[in-house]
Amino acid sequence: MTATQDIYPQTPTLDQDIQQLAQSWRHPRGIFGWLSYTTHQAIGMRYIVTAFVMLLAGGAEALMMRTQLMHSNNGYLGPERYNQIFTTHGTTMMFLFAVPMMEGMAIYLIPLMCGTRNVAFPRLNAFGYWMYLFGVLFLYWGVFTNAAPDVGWFAYPPLSGPQYTPGKSTDYWAQMITFTEVSALCVAAELIATILKMRAPGMSLNRMPLYVWSILTQSWMIIFAMPAIVLASSYLLSDRTVATQFVNPAEGGDPLLYQHIFWFFGHPEVYIIFIPALGFVSSIVVAHAQRELIGYTAMVLAQIANGFIAFGLWVHHMFATDLPQIGEAYFTASSMMIAITSGVQIFCWIATLWSGKPRLTTALLFVYGFIAIFVLGGLTGVILASVPLDLQVHDTFFVVAHFHYVLIGGAVFPLFGAFYHWFPKFTGRMMNERLGRINFWVLFAGFNLTFFPMHILGLKGMPRRIYTYSPEMGWDQLNLLATIGAYIIAFGGLLFLVNLFWSRKFGAIAGNNPWNADSLEWAAASPAPNYNFEYLPAVTSRYPLWVPAEERTFVTGTRTDRREVLVTTLMDAQPHHRYILPRPSIWPLIAAICVTVGFAGSVFNGWYITWGTIISALALIGWFWPKRPLDPAHD
Amino acid sequence: MPYLKCRNALCIACLLLAACQRQHRDIRPSPTRLAIYGDAAKEDALRPGGRVNSQPVVNNPYNASAYDISEGQRLYNWYNCSGCHFNGGGGIGPPLIKKHWIYGGEPANLFDTIVKGRPNGMPAWGGRIPEYQVWQIVAYVRSMNGEQPRSATAARLDTIQTNPQTIVNRTTGPTK
Amino acid sequence: MKRAPTVTRFLAAAAQLVLTGCIYNKQSAVNPAGPQAGRIDTLWWSFFWLLGVIFIIVMILTLLTLRRPRRDFDQQRIETTHKASEETDSRLRRIITGATILTIVILFVLIVASSVVGKQNSEFSTAPNQLTVQVTGNQWWWQIEYLNSDPSQVLVTANEIHVPVGRPVQIRGLSNDVIHSFWVPNLNGKRDLIPSRVTTQWIQADHAGEFRGQCAEFCGLQHAHMAVWVIAEPEDKFLAWYKAQLQPAAKPSTPEQQRGQQVFLNYECVYCHAIQGTPASGQNGPDLTHFGSRRGIAANTLPNTTGNLAGWILDPQSVKPGNHMATVPVSSTDLHPLVEYLESLK
Repeated sequence: MTATQDIYPQTPTLDQDIQQLAQSWRHPRGIFGWLSYTTHQAIGMRYIVTAFVMLLAGGAEALMMRTQLMHSNNGYLGPERYNQIFTTHGTTMMFLFAVPMMEGMAIYLIPLMCGTRNVAFPRLNAFGYWMYLFGVLFLYWGVFTNAAPDVGWFAYPPLSGPQYTPGKSTDYWAQMITFTEVSALCVAAELIATILKMRAPGMSLNRMPLYVWSILTQSWMIIFAMPAIVLASSYLLSDRTVATQFVNPAEGGDPLLYQHIFWFFGHPEVYIIFIPALGFVSSIVVAHAQRELIGYTAMVLAQIANGFIAFGLWVHHMFATDLPQIGEAYFTASSMMIAITSGVQIFCWIATLWSGKPRLTTALLFVYGFIAIFVLGGLTGVILASVPLDLQVHDTFFVVAHFHYVLIGGAVFPLFGAFYHWFPKFTGRMMNERLGRINFWVLFAGFNLTFFPMHILGLKGMPRRIYTYSPEMGWDQLNLLATIGAYIIAFGGLLFLVNLFWSRKFGAIAGNNPWNADSLEWAAASPAPNYNFEYLPAVTSRYPLWVPAEERTFVTGTRTDRREVLVTTLMDAQPHHRYILPRPSIWPLIAAICVTVGFAGSVFNGWYITWGTIISALALIGWFWPKRPLDPAHD
Repeated sequence: MPYLKCRNALCIACLLLAACQRQHRDIRPSPTRLAIYGDAAKEDALRPGGRVNSQPVVNNPYNASAYDISEGQRLYNWYNCSGCHFNGGGGIGPPLIKKHWIYGGEPANLFDTIVKGRPNGMPAWGGRIPEYQVWQIVAYVRSMNGEQPRSATAARLDTIQTNPQTIVNRTTGPTK
Repeated sequence: MKRAPTVTRFLAAAAQLVLTGCIYNKQSAVNPAGPQAGRIDTLWWSFFWLLGVIFIIVMILTLLTLRRPRRDFDQQRIETTHKASEETDSRLRRIITGATILTIVILFVLIVASSVVGKQNSEFSTAPNQLTVQVTGNQWWWQIEYLNSDPSQVLVTANEIHVPVGRPVQIRGLSNDVIHSFWVPNLNGKRDLIPSRVTTQWIQADHAGEFRGQCAEFCGLQHAHMAVWVIAEPEDKFLAWYKAQLQPAAKPSTPEQQRGQQVFLNYECVYCHAIQGTPASGQNGPDLTHFGSRRGIAANTLPNTTGNLAGWILDPQSVKPGNHMATVPVSSTDLHPLVEYLESLK
């Protein structure tokens, strides 16, 4: 029996076909082969692993910060080192962990959920990963050569300008953003194309799982938000390296312009991180409550509305810059609107859980933890949307507490839930539930112990980004609590790692669909083979695996001797034509190296832009060099 | 092979160290740097600036560090060097962006010029500016002439730009 | 149901205690000392209670989803339907709709409330006795200038603002270098000080007291050590202080102090610091004319004592690493007179 027959009892067993499929999707061998993988599982997993390493790095930096703030007048880190570490922590977590992690999960899951064999542009996908990896290396090259950025992850000029921050550190930071941008835009483009054009026949838009909707929303947001940060970081970089005056107030530039552009990206960025997490939550809720979602349409609309509103409230990061009244009122209102769209989604999940008899697995526990933490973070968000209250707590530890509640609660808890939920699909084995439960409670307790006291610290006047404070401020006890909590979180992270490695080796064998979940990724074998499905599934319901087995449909007649997928129509997913995906190639890596030479070199010498462009153009010519179809099967 | 590896490692280490040094911030001047260098150039009182090469030359301990060059830049304005030399293009005092220095253009010569003063208007700043700050100013003045690594030099100031630095031809020097 | 109010009151008291009942209330957003901070405080507690109740309700509902016995794996396999009953479904939908409408209504109220407070707090005072204080941010200290149409009444000091009780004070914010943020939480929210721009804010103290503020926008190495004191005093005391501060520096009265003045004028000090009534007129650092009357040194990093001052002058970089005060090799014979002189500048 093939893997698919477990789910689709009626598929024919044509061993020859399946062997041929495996043959045409085989990974190339050797080290060069490894560098030229283009399957979405491989690239997705590379993203996930790299981003996880970044999570550990950012976590280590967080521990150093908490250790420094443990008590007043601590001499563990000096101001210079502390500033570097909080900047690297923020940058790592936002640019190098959160976004790439969400992208990696999407790259892995979206083709599976859409019932296709790969993403739309596999080589672009590989290129995007290499750019991300080189961005990571570039920033951490600076960190390890004593050139860690120290101007905050927002790098406001004039502080980040050439006069107040000499040296290369901020240049590394600004250029690292360019790397992650290129990578994010590649991923966004290919995911949108995959979702809109490569869904399984019959998966019309209104049958798409909510996770797919969330990735669609997120990808569009990336496409609209990233150009803003390209602009901001280019202003900064060219001011710093070639003496332009974009943000120099004395020459008619404007530091506030930078802030506007930065936050026009910066606020959507937060939603880029947490909207996919909402998709995780929907998937987990449906699978573990064994109930169809109540209010699917409302949730889709709320998610899309979230994406739109996200672009209209950036100014709430700048209330302290003395805005006119009317602007304040407008941005208060738009910021509070997020509470409506998020509220709708929370209500729908609670209703879905209410209607079912939820099975309290670790994955669902993380969802419950998410609801508790995220709701609290959302409510403090309402407080921050109010201008007078924001003026008090802006840039204090209250804000630190708030955004860790929404980002850890809103994105990292669902992410851990997602790991527990999809681990069987990634590896073929279940994660240990008992250890998982302990893991959850340790993380939940540690998290609240760390971040809840920060609300009070903020109200008691403790500003952010200070490397020390004096004992008479009365901040010692709460800071000590927070530091203890941070170490508990670290212990929770350690438990997760232990569970990960243990389960990978000794976990129970999972089978195709251990949770009896609804969506298509569970129709593939665990772990999913390179081609995902022996026969491409076709869909007749919003919950395709919950229709009776004999009514499940699939596609036959696609060629197995080449990397062929079906392209379907945008709205109704009617089969449209066959599409041949390219074979593995080393060129994405070469192109990424060439672009990296240009990007990295331009920080030191403007001429590298020229040389980098020339060699990148050569690499692209190589990439697209037409090959003579020697073997018609491999055209 | 081990030899090759060793050499590669060494190269990388050198690169790293060079980068570290350029980024280094000597926030608290160490005692050696506070030491009095005094007659740094040991120059001949009768022939100031002449034949410095025959004399032992003290190196600028603040060369090539981005932080110190920028500190020098700040102090250049704080101590009002810009009052006479403007942003290096000269005005009341001679320009500082040039190839031919009357009293020598080596760091030690510049240091002496600042500390001892020169005829026709350059005051003696010795005992008025801490010596480590004089060295920082020297580092900055040299950066105006492109004699510091570009990676350590700021591209511009956050003030009104009357800086001829941007229009100077670095290979031939300014023509004045 | 007699106990409910007691419980509520207890909870309220506990929350208030946690948030306000702290040992140190001189830099606290929930210990208002003026009308602006007072309005914000009222708004804060309304938000706190309203949102707190919402949070508790949502949490109770969430936990109630676990009210039924849980299933385990095997039972699940035989489950054939994944749909809630028609009746449950439509009931839940109605509840979701209701909850959403309620959210919108509550948010509307909150928006109106915060706009009203925002408007009141930013209203320009027309009181004839208002005061205008210009605060200029520097890395890492505050220059304070009392503006006046009469130039002889303009007062320049640093890191300490005295205000008369009950008079509205306009804070004009400027910056000489990077962006800073002026924040004295007991009096009002924060306002950024941005180079090339002027920002404004109003504060007013309702009672006498000392309120601490701190820079709230990351401004570089010593962002943590950039504090300012606002000292609210009765009108007469304030006027006396103002008059005294307008005077040039006190003449050194002892030989030791005279020597100290000479030391000051001969060393590097004069390039950065001004002392009115002496040739020292540097503008790069804080004005020291009445240094001895101030509470702190190095932007209130240390209390203003002789020992701290001597330590600060000898090795400023160990107290506040990265700050712009030069490390001047002052000889031990010069140090004592210098400190003596500076402390005499009351």
